[in-house]
Amino acid sequence: MSEFAVELRDVVKTFATPEGGKLNAVDHVDMHIRQGEFFSMLGSSGCGKTTSLRMIAGFEWPTEGEVFIDGQPQGRKPPFQRPVNTVFQSYALFQHMTVAQNVAFGLEMDKVDVNEINRRVSEALAMVKLNGMEKRSPRQLSGGQQQRVALARALVKRPKVLLLDEPLGALDLKLRKEMQLELKALQQEVGITFVFVTHDQEEALTMSDRIAVMSRGKVLQIGAPVEIYERPNCKFVADFIGETNILTGQVRSVDGTHLKVYVPDLEAEVSAVAESQFQPGQPVHLSIRPEKIRLAEERSLNENCFAGNVIQSAYIGSDTRVKVKVGKIVLKVWEQNHISTLDPDAYFQQNEQTWATLFPENTLVLPFEEG
Amino acid sequence: MNPNRRSPFVNLMTILVYGFLYLPIIVLITFSFNASKTNITFQGVVSQVGPLKMQGSLVVQSPCGPFHWFCELGKNKDVLNAARNTLTIAVTSTIISALIGTMAALALQRYNFRLKPFSQLSLYIPIVIPEIVMGIGILTLFSQLFTFLNSALGLTGDARLALGIGTVILSHIAFSVPFVTLVVQARLQGFDQSFEEAAMDLGANELVTFWRVTLPMLLPGVLSGALMAFTLSLDDFVITFFTNGPGSTTLPIYVYGLLRRIITPQVNALSTVWILLIFSAVFLLQRLQSRQA
Ligand SMILES: Nc1ncnc2c1ncn2[C@@H]1O[C@H](COP(=O)(O)OP(=O)(O)O)[C@@H](O)[C@H]1O
Ligand SMILES: [Mg+2]
Repeated sequence: MSEFAVELRDVVKTFATPEGGKLNAVDHVDMHIRQGEFFSMLGSSGCGKTTSLRMIAGFEWPTEGEVFIDGQPQGRKPPFQRPVNTVFQSYALFQHMTVAQNVAFGLEMDKVDVNEINRRVSEALAMVKLNGMEKRSPRQLSGGQQQRVALARALVKRPKVLLLDEPLGALDLKLRKEMQLELKALQQEVGITFVFVTHDQEEALTMSDRIAVMSRGKVLQIGAPVEIYERPNCKFVADFIGETNILTGQVRSVDGTHLKVYVPDLEAEVSAVAESQFQPGQPVHLSIRPEKIRLAEERSLNENCFAGNVIQSAYIGSDTRVKVKVGKIVLKVWEQNHISTLDPDAYFQQNEQTWATLFPENTLVLPFEEG
Repeated sequence: MNPNRRSPFVNLMTILVYGFLYLPIIVLITFSFNASKTNITFQGVVSQVGPLKMQGSLVVQSPCGPFHWFCELGKNKDVLNAARNTLTIAVTSTIISALIGTMAALALQRYNFRLKPFSQLSLYIPIVIPEIVMGIGILTLFSQLFTFLNSALGLTGDARLALGIGTVILSHIAFSVPFVTLVVQARLQGFDQSFEEAAMDLGANELVTFWRVTLPMLLPGVLSGALMAFTLSLDDFVITFFTNGPGSTTLPIYVYGLLRRIITPQVNALSTVWILLIFSAVFLLQRLQSRQA
């Protein structure tokens, strides 16, 4: 057994556009998905997630590069010869078959004997809590139930890898949250590698062991949720995952991973940390998350402390979301409401003077990007 | 506004439309029980059951009672023959055109080829072209082709290719295929390709996918198309008129022949049976489809 359940090695998929041009929907992508991992592809619509997934399933063939499943190159193998199964966004349940017939379909194709089929079908339906629904038509099920049938139908074949293309996209928010946890629990229970496609970063953070952040056909960063959130490797990832404040400046001095960056909009130097190498004089971005900035009435002793003015304050229960004008920049700051009180002075008010501290270890230096 | 309350105008229109559609049929059916052989006016039904008794052109008593003309019909060898021909032609041409039409619709959906726009357009030609033109066209084609083949292959006597039930079936297929194709194409519109992908993903090869998933999902469309082809074939007169030969007379052709002599209530009886058959076929199919969909 290979260390990796699925590998995309330098995969390119080119489509002809209707205008007669060419488009790399997937552009030199490398992904190494480990056995038993819950792996997510995350990116906004059109970034090539579905195309990548379809190349693993065998619905599309790479223009360049190779897809490996369990160490085996897949070449131009059709879908029915690959040890993977897919849960489609539209579920694609066969309307002319009952729930049980839908789930049994894949096993019939494998010529499993009838008793074994019956046993495994009821097992699979029990797993997704749909026992008793065997005789129903998919039309007589709610969206969430249909989603479970699609899941059971794919899992009953015990694939090496389960591919899921935005499977929760059609569900309402509450059901979606429930299903996220259930799906994650299910994955841990069956131990099958899940490759999960979503455009919802919160969903990806909640469920995944590792996430590949994609944009315009390229993989920008692959890592655990905590790495992606705390150590984004570029402005796009920092911006896309959660919220952040981006400042732009120029490196003044480098001392190991500690940098001093001059930010013209603050007319000041900001101390920050970097994960990669930078040279003095280089233009860079700084990223700092709103919940990691501290506001105080008094100036702190920290070097990155700037005077500001609250221009907007919104109480949202757990936090107070504040916009602070510092120099020429407006910083988003989320202050947690630690203390329960009705005293308005305990919360930030508009036009209040304040001091914002950008702790250097929370301030990340990222390569400069146009736009 | 209460949706159950309709204005008198709507009611009137409804009555008029239904009357216009169904009155002729009711009259036609009524006349199939007419006691009068000349069938010019309705002279009451044959009321007595017993050995046949005539009074001028009036049937007073018949072994079948009011169903006199239906019994006569049953005894008429020519009618039975024509009915058999009609059904053979309709069933055969329906099955074949349903097959070809479905495959054509699928091909037009899936593949891109150079003549695709032309192929799509050519589907409408048999529909919009006057039937008589098509009939003459097909007749010319067959007679030219047969003359050529007969001499080229040296066929003589009974072996010679000639107009008959085969040519009628071929011509019926020719005008039925576009209807099936268009109906199936309508069904294919918005047909989500992911159903087929799901089947293949679960291990079905192309053939099994077609058989187990694509076809069952298209079936309502195929059935509607086939029903259309079937009814078109059943009551086709013009094209059949040009392409039939000895021994391949169909009911419409036969009725036309009868009309040129005298209109006995037998013709009405025949029409009544025919209408009942078609109504029950349509009804059955509707039941079948509503269960499918
Ligand atoms: N069959 C196709 N033909 C042409 N272009 C395609 C095809 N499939 C996808 N694309 C294009 O490739 C890009 C990536 O699409 P997709 O993989 O579906 O993105 P995502 O799933 O991330 O939203 C899009 O710009 C889309 O328009
Ligand atoms: Mg997609």
